[in-house]
Amino acid sequence: MSAIEGLDTAVHHEEHAHHHEPQSFWQKYVFSEDHKVIAKQYLITGILWAVIGISMSVIFRIQLGMPDSNLSWLKPVLGAWISESGKLDPNFYLALVTMHGTIMVFFVLTAGLSGTFSNFLIPLQIGARDMASGFMNMLSYWFFFLASVIMFGSLFLQTGPAAGGWVIYPPLSALPQAHPGSGAGMTLWLASMAFFIVSQLLGGINYITTVINLRTRGMSFDRLPLTIWAFLITAVLGLISFPVLLSSVLLLIFDRHFGTSFYLSEIYINGEALPNVGGSPILFQHLFWFLGHPEVYIVLLPGLGITSEVIATNARKPIFGYRAMIASMLGIAFLAFIVWAHHMFVTGMNPFLGSVFMFLTLIIAVPSAVKGFNYITTLWKGNIVFTPAMLFAIGMVSLFVSGGLTGIILGNSALDIQLHDTYFVVAHFHLVMGAASAFGLFAGVYHWFPKMFGKMMNTTLGQIHFWFSFIGIYLVFIPMHYVGIAGFPRRYYQFTSYDFTHKFMDMNMFITVAAILSFLAQFIFLYNFFVNIFKGKTAPKNPWRSNTLEWTTPIVPGHGNWEGEIPAVYRWSYDYSKPGAKEDFIPQNIPYSQTLESNFPHENELIATEKEIEAQNFNDQFNTAH
Amino acid sequence: MYFIIALVALVFVVLTIIVVSRLQDVLKSVKKPESADEAHTGNGWNAAMFIVIIVAAAIGITWSYMHAREHFLPIASSVHGRRTDDLFWFSMGVLTIPFIFVNFLIFFFSWKYQYKKGNVASFYPDNHKLELIWTIIPAIVMAMLVFTGWKAWSDITSDAPADAEVIEITGKQFNWIVRYGGVNDNKLGNYNYKLIDAQNEVGIDLSDENSFDDFLNPTEMHIPVGRPVLLKIRARDVLHSVFIPHMRVKMDAVPGMPTKFWFVPDKTTADMRAELGNPDFKYEIACTEVCGQGHFSMKINLVVEDEASYKKWCAEQSTFLQTYPEYLAKVPDNLKAKAMKGLPADTATPADTAKTASTGGGIGTTAALR
Repeated sequence: MSAIEGLDTAVHHEEHAHHHEPQSFWQKYVFSEDHKVIAKQYLITGILWAVIGISMSVIFRIQLGMPDSNLSWLKPVLGAWISESGKLDPNFYLALVTMHGTIMVFFVLTAGLSGTFSNFLIPLQIGARDMASGFMNMLSYWFFFLASVIMFGSLFLQTGPAAGGWVIYPPLSALPQAHPGSGAGMTLWLASMAFFIVSQLLGGINYITTVINLRTRGMSFDRLPLTIWAFLITAVLGLISFPVLLSSVLLLIFDRHFGTSFYLSEIYINGEALPNVGGSPILFQHLFWFLGHPEVYIVLLPGLGITSEVIATNARKPIFGYRAMIASMLGIAFLAFIVWAHHMFVTGMNPFLGSVFMFLTLIIAVPSAVKGFNYITTLWKGNIVFTPAMLFAIGMVSLFVSGGLTGIILGNSALDIQLHDTYFVVAHFHLVMGAASAFGLFAGVYHWFPKMFGKMMNTTLGQIHFWFSFIGIYLVFIPMHYVGIAGFPRRYYQFTSYDFTHKFMDMNMFITVAAILSFLAQFIFLYNFFVNIFKGKTAPKNPWRSNTLEWTTPIVPGHGNWEGEIPAVYRWSYDYSKPGAKEDFIPQNIPYSQTLESNFPHENELIATEKEIEAQNFNDQFNTAH
Repeated sequence: MYFIIALVALVFVVLTIIVVSRLQDVLKSVKKPESADEAHTGNGWNAAMFIVIIVAAAIGITWSYMHAREHFLPIASSVHGRRTDDLFWFSMGVLTIPFIFVNFLIFFFSWKYQYKKGNVASFYPDNHKLELIWTIIPAIVMAMLVFTGWKAWSDITSDAPADAEVIEITGKQFNWIVRYGGVNDNKLGNYNYKLIDAQNEVGIDLSDENSFDDFLNPTEMHIPVGRPVLLKIRARDVLHSVFIPHMRVKMDAVPGMPTKFWFVPDKTTADMRAELGNPDFKYEIACTEVCGQGHFSMKINLVVEDEASYKKWCAEQSTFLQTYPEYLAKVPDNLKAKAMKGLPADTATPADTAKTASTGGGIGTTAALR
């Protein structure tokens, strides 16, 4: 690139080759192309969706735990979905379950987690002024916003939002006559998801490009913090798998509106034999789960990356097994693409496929186990500070392990026969995905709140929030395993139709009570979060005494993140409690020449390369035309 | 009951928090006035909570499991079901070890290595041998679980034995319809979804002579004990799924793609009633793939009985043609005689009354019903 040759002269001429025309309010605060603003937009939107999504779960949990209760008090919000006698409409029950899943998986834990932290941290931690394309990044948020508006709108339809489960299997989702939730609500769901996928792809391409191209001087791949590795791998997962969901969505739209038969064959419904032949509902399931499985890792990996960072920082120890952590993430990502049909063992697909996917699925447990052990070894002989972020990170490891272990049961196709579509599955994925990732999200918010807003959250409130959430989540989901072992099927409005489910009434009530209490505990967080944005104590520059680059910017980084040159990086981000060092942390931008007292022999040899690093090509967007 | 216990547990936890935090305040005031860093607020009681969690979780999980197990399903009533149950509990047992061990270490280490002023954490970035050990051991355990699971799966999904009793079960919004091959030929007739109507609910194709003795039942399914039963599973409108919890049977019902599952039931309904001391016990079949408003109430009862009783029940069922003799009209002419064989003498089709001087009643008398 000619920009490189011209670099020296450009630097000589002026300190800042970079200037903008003054931006309007809309450009600066609404359609911002600044990754930090976009990150906050994602975060706030994600939090709003989380409140809606979890509220939905409270409502249907009340239906399950206290089936005779009178829900008339919900009439102001739910109107005719509550009957005269205060009973929840069974169709709307399915809608609640569907929307809860859709909202939590996609809008909260994908957009709200990846969207927030990939956007916020990638430029700051790799040493870049902003994302590779601020414009695409801005579009990514606004497509997400559009998707959100459409999905939110679907809640108010007379026939209700989509209601075929978050997996929206056809023919149920393809046939509006099959149930009200497959009417306009389904159409809007599909439209919303199409825009959502576009949003994620725009974001993901940006994250990948930025990490590859815009790392600062000296930031080689093996010096990247594990958060960045996690976000990079997550983005690659998304890039490859989301388009397949888009294709399944498009084919479903065609079946619904244009008379095609991709998923439909030999159907007689509501007194009519439909003309469609030749399609297969199983096709949809393959296409859906081809995204669906990587999706759960898209939800999980950022949380794991955040946890790596938070645990190392707060234990004052390097993350144990940095390379093994990267290798295991790569292993998980690769395997994530070839295990999808473990969601389909009893769909009637060829049993041989069942064997293949079981084998591949159980392999994926191995790198996951490695990560768990590495986290624990990081805690061992640490000097642990229990910031709220640290508590959530530790909690995440526990939830990830507990939930992951039951995955090994479900991945065994012979065992899945009995457990598929029971509450055992619900307990499994809530622990390993819902709870673990949500805890990763909380850890991230508590840890990077000072960087985002220049203020501190209240530590004690954060700690209380953690303990109530952690205990509450286990109280909800451990008993749910028992309910699943007893054979209770999923997506049941009530359990009164069968003798074999005429039990565990107390347990279901207990689960509901625990869920309500956990939900209420989240208001501690909401209060802490929103109040301290405005009223919090000003944060110090590096409150957690962390090594990563984001803490070298001003307390509230402005446009371009660093006021002068972007720092160069000389070491990895895990030099905590290094023997001989003056302090118990050495930030990445401190050269080895300044830490002779703590260098290892091979690091002393690297001192010679420092000049080289400093002279490297500027990936500084301010100095190149953009 | 659980509610009370939950409340008590919650109160206990809250009280513990209050007590420990009060203790911390007291200790703080006793120690040097040098104040802890902002970030170290309440470190001590958070660390202590991890120990509380270890104890409370150990008690809670053990106790809740002991209580819950009384309500699990009884021992499986099918051969493969007991095999998968054994595999399930064996796997759970194996996995309980890392569950306890790993969670214990997480909480114990968190408590043990809590921040202490003057402490220096150990700079321990990697250990390749350790990584290898805890990669290989889980890999071996997984391999063992895979192998045992694969063997079981292969056997369960193998082709049904030739002497299996073949029964078709069709799911629709919102009930199941079982169809039997009939006492004459024990072969299910062909079907075509375009032939479905309000009476011919599964689209029996009456041009196939195998269908003449087929009989249906929308409320109760009977199967013989002690020999293989092969379910041919269909769905009419949307995805459903056949779930027989006591038999550990589950297979999706897919419109346009017949599926199957075979199993050997070896405990009759009577046996179960005796075993459980419950004279009202019934085997049940549930739907376990969301199918709309009635998904939660798509039940058909299952009766498992000895061979003689089963054969007797089959013989007592009215065939489809006996129930709806007007469908004789759909039988091809050359097969009409065969179709009529199963029907009582005074039943006749409209076509017949035109052709022959029929013996009397005309079609209306569907008196041959049970």
